[in-house]
Amino acid sequence: MIFSIVVTGAPYSSQASASALQFSRSVLKLGHSIHRVFFYADGVHSGSALASPPQDESNIPAEWSELARQHQLDLVVCIAAAVRRGILDENEARRYEKKGHNLAADFTLSGLGQLVEAGILSDRVVTFGA
Amino acid sequence: MTTLHVINKTPSESSALRDSLIAMSDGDALLLIENGVYATLPAYSEHFSRLTANVQCYLLTDDAQARGLNDLNQDFCGIDYDGFVELSCRYSKVVSWF
Amino acid sequence: MRENKKSFLIINRKAPYGSSAARDALDVALTFSVFEQPLSLLFMDDAVLQLLPNHQANTIGQKNLSANLAMLEMYDIDQLYVCRQALSERGIRPDQISLNITLLDTHAIAALIKQQDQVLSF
Repeated sequence: MIFSIVVTGAPYSSQASASALQFSRSVLKLGHSIHRVFFYADGVHSGSALASPPQDESNIPAEWSELARQHQLDLVVCIAAAVRRGILDENEARRYEKKGHNLAADFTLSGLGQLVEAGILSDRVVTFGA
Repeated sequence: MTTLHVINKTPSESSALRDSLIAMSDGDALLLIENGVYATLPAYSEHFSRLTANVQCYLLTDDAQARGLNDLNQDFCGIDYDGFVELSCRYSKVVSWF
Repeated sequence: MRENKKSFLIINRKAPYGSSAARDALDVALTFSVFEQPLSLLFMDDAVLQLLPNHQANTIGQKNLSANLAMLEMYDIDQLYVCRQALSERGIRPDQISLNITLLDTHAIAALIKQQDQVLSF
């Protein structure tokens, strides 16, 4: 079965992203596929490469990146929600003339069309909100 | 089409549980995750009194154990994340309430 | 992309402005119109407060949500459903709402959700 996952809660402020990670691991373990993970609203903070939690806490952006590398996941961060909240890739940093960019490895910025397309092409869409 | 309703808030912190109960049809299922698992405390049992026997009730044991809810309410079937995925497949869609 | 259409429902449950949920849901709805997918919107709980008139959101540095809600019809998003109980609990009369809405009782809400292929919540 083809799943897509939507995360709208910020990591650390809410459990949404951590729950979505565990759910995604089970989806893949059970032999299903994940068409896309879409991060929207405060969920975009899951894509921050600058998140630096204490060593005895999970590094949620890093765990998403690792899962994406293992399973070729498409981790899409909503560009409009992200740029507002200061999550930028290299292109956006250049466009807005910012000194740095902080989108974590294996995430991409893209539009809401990616959410709608995921809804159309997936058998199940599961939202983790806050 | 059947629905798995996923609730992640306590009955006091949002109307998620109340709204999900309005939205439920016979043959649907309800799954409590995150803070939603607190709804299994006996004090909240009246929230579920309107439910028909045709709605299966589940809770995510990972979240219940994390919160020290070890004496699971017998009206709820405890499942892990694999079970959550299996339920998502068994019902035709998943609706989240938060 | 597959040719067959799916029915989608966006459930709104939050008041406007205090959080981004109402705005986020509206942006997703407008995106759906580009894909020409059947889309319905359901307003439950505090989301019915989005439908009150006379917003002047510039006083708090935000964009006017009700102006954008009024645009939905232009984008052929005309399936707007509102929970009758949520309105009456908040003392809002249907005639205070200028949008073309359909009021639903609780059993009709369950039926609406039942017939959808996918549901997104805000």
